[in-house]
Amino acid sequence: MTDTLTAPTATRGLVEITGVRKSFGPTEVLKGVSLTVEPGGVAVIVGPSGSGKSTLLRTINHLEKVDGGHITIDGQLVGYKLRGDRLHELREKEILKQRTDIGMVFQNFNLFPHLTALENVAEAPVVAQGRSKEDARRRGLELLDRVGLKDRAGAYPRQLSGGQQQRVAIARALALDPKILLFDEPTSALDPELVNEVLDVIRELATSGTTLIIVTHEMGFARDVADTVVFMDQGQIVEQGTPKEIFSNPQEPRTRSFFSKVLEPAFNI
Amino acid sequence: MSSATGVAQSQQSQPVPAAEAPPAGTGTSGAGGSATEVAPRVAKDYSSYRVVAAKHPWRWVGTAVVALGVLAVAWSLATNPRWEWGVVAQWFTAQSVVNGLVETLKLTAISGVLGFVLGFILALMRLSASPLLVSVSWTFSWIFRSTPLLVQMLLWYNLGYLYEKISLGIPFTDVRFFEVQTTTLISQFAAAVLGLTLNQAAYSAEIIRGGILSVDQGQLEAAAALGIPAWRRSTRIVLPQAMRAILPTAFNEIIGLVKGTSIVYVLAYSELFYTVQVIYNRTQQVLPLLLVATLWYIVITSVLSVFQYYIERHYSKGAVRNLPLTPLQKARKFFATHAAVPNRRNS
Ligand SMILES: Nc1ncnc2c1ncn2[C@@H]1O[C@H](COP(=O)(O)OP(=O)(O)OP(=O)(O)O)[C@@H](O)[C@H]1O
Ligand SMILES: [Mg+2]
Repeated sequence: MTDTLTAPTATRGLVEITGVRKSFGPTEVLKGVSLTVEPGGVAVIVGPSGSGKSTLLRTINHLEKVDGGHITIDGQLVGYKLRGDRLHELREKEILKQRTDIGMVFQNFNLFPHLTALENVAEAPVVAQGRSKEDARRRGLELLDRVGLKDRAGAYPRQLSGGQQQRVAIARALALDPKILLFDEPTSALDPELVNEVLDVIRELATSGTTLIIVTHEMGFARDVADTVVFMDQGQIVEQGTPKEIFSNPQEPRTRSFFSKVLEPAFNI
Repeated sequence: MSSATGVAQSQQSQPVPAAEAPPAGTGTSGAGGSATEVAPRVAKDYSSYRVVAAKHPWRWVGTAVVALGVLAVAWSLATNPRWEWGVVAQWFTAQSVVNGLVETLKLTAISGVLGFVLGFILALMRLSASPLLVSVSWTFSWIFRSTPLLVQMLLWYNLGYLYEKISLGIPFTDVRFFEVQTTTLISQFAAAVLGLTLNQAAYSAEIIRGGILSVDQGQLEAAAALGIPAWRRSTRIVLPQAMRAILPTAFNEIIGLVKGTSIVYVLAYSELFYTVQVIYNRTQQVLPLLLVATLWYIVITSVLSVFQYYIERHYSKGAVRNLPLTPLQKARKFFATHAAVPNRRNS
C-alpha cells in the first residue's frame, strides 16, 4: 500500500485504479478494472451502454463504494485509511474533504435550481473549504468568465440553455481547484448545436494541467483531446492506448465491432 | 373576433405614416410583377403603430354574470334581518371574544410551531438509515394518526388518573432529579398544547417527508460530490427545494389547526369557539354568535393565505422560469396600461 507517501507537487492528480470490483446485488458491474491516469493526463472512456463507465467514475470519488481493489489519488487511498494491516473506512467528514480534490460534472448537470449560477459556483468553496464569501464570489465570477458566462451570473439554471447550464456545472466543479475532474457524458443531454460550446470548455481544460477523466460518446472529441482512450465492455477494460492506436488500429475484435457501429465511415480513415 | 383583424382594421382607418409601400412595379428584378400585386415589395415599418391588446368579450360576460351573483348573495346577507348584524357587531370585538381569539391564536401558534419542529425531526428519523429510528418514527405516526384527537385530549388531561406523579430520573433506578404531581403539571392549557402538538407532529412528519422525497436524488449526489457537509446539504440544498412541495399542504394543516383548536372545548378551555358557545347559551343568540366566530376564522385564514402566497413565491425562485407578478404588481401594471392609454390617445 502506498498511502504513506506524500505526493510531491509535480504529481498533482495521479489516479491509480487497481483491480476494482463492484457488484449491485448478483450482477457484477466492474470485474477487476485497473487503470492509471498520469497527472495532467486526459483519459477518455468509451464503450457500450451498461458497460460500467459511469460506475467506474463514481467509484473514483467514492460516490460508489468498491467491493474489491482500490483507488489512489497521488498515492492516497480514496475512501479508506490504512492502519496496521486494516483498511478503515473514512468517516463522512474525511470523505467530503477528499472529494474537494475531485470535481465531477454530471450528464444532467444537477445544478441547484434554487440558486443562481454564481451561487451554484460559490457555495462549495465556502462550506467545504472555508473560504470567505467575498473570495468565493470573486473566484466564482472569474470561473464564469472563463466558461463565457460572466454576464449570466445572476440567472437561475432554468433561465439558461442546456449548454450554458453544463458550463456553469463545469465552473462549479472547478471552483474547488480540484486535482481531477470527472465528466460523465457531459454533452449527451444537449442538442447537437450546444455540444461544441461545452466541448470547447473541456478542450481548454485539457491543456490546463488538471487530470481529466471523461466518459463520452463524442468520438471526434475523444480523438482530439485524449492522451489515452480506454475501451470498456461488460465491466472490464478491453483495450487502451493512444487515440490513434485505438481508433485506427484496434487490436481486440470487441473494440473493432464497437467502433464499426459508432464511427461514421468518413472518420475511420 | 380575433385580434389580428382588429389591428388590421385600425390600420386601414388611420392615415398611414412614413413607410408606405412603394407603387407596384418597382419591385426587385426577376420577381415578375403580376403575381405580387397584393403584397408590398418593401418590408413595411410597423414600429409607429399602436398595439391594441386582444379583446375577450366572453371573459367580460362571465365576469358580469359572476359579479351579479356575488351581489345577490351580498344583498341577501345584508338585508335579511335574521342574520342580526347588529348583534354580530356588538359581540365581534367584545372583550371575552377577543380573549378567546387570543387563546385560539396562542394554541395555534404554539402547537403549530412545536408540531412542525417535531414533525421535521420525525421525518428525518423516518428517512435515516437506522432501523430503530425508522420504526420509532413510523410507530409514532401510526398511533397518533389512528387515535381520535378528542380521545388524545381527554387522555392527556386525565393523565393524573393513570400516573399520579411524573418524575425525571435514571430509568430502572431510584435516582430522581425532579418529581411533580401530574395534575399540577398538566393544566388545561398543557393538555391542549400536548394533544394538538403531538397530533400535528404526526401529520406534518408525513408532509415534510413527502417534500424531501420529491427532491431529485441527483441534487444530493451533486452536493456530496462537491464536499458539502450533510447538515448543509439538508438545509441549503434539499429543504429549500422540498419547501415547494411542503408549503401548500403545510398551510392547509395550519388553517385546519386554527379551526381544529376548537376541539379543546372538551377541556372547557376558553378559546374562541368555546367562548362563543358560552355566550350564546346565555343570550340565546346562536346564529349571530356563530357568525362572530366564523368571521374571525375567516380573518385568520385570509391573513394566513396572504402569508402563504408570499412564502410560496419566495420558495419558487428558480423553480419557475420567471416569477409571476404579485397581486400588487399586477394591479400596478393594470393601471399603468389601462390608465395610460387614453392619455396617449389625447396627446
Ligand atoms: N445502483 C444500481 N443498482 C443496480 N444496478 C446498477 C446500479 N447502477 C448501475 N447498475 C447497473 O450497472 C451496469 C453498469 O451501469 P453504468 O451506469 O456504469 O453503465 P454505463 O457504462 O455508464 O452506461 P451508459 O453508457 O448507458 O451510461 C448496468 O447494467 C446498470 O444496470
Ligand atoms: Mg453512464
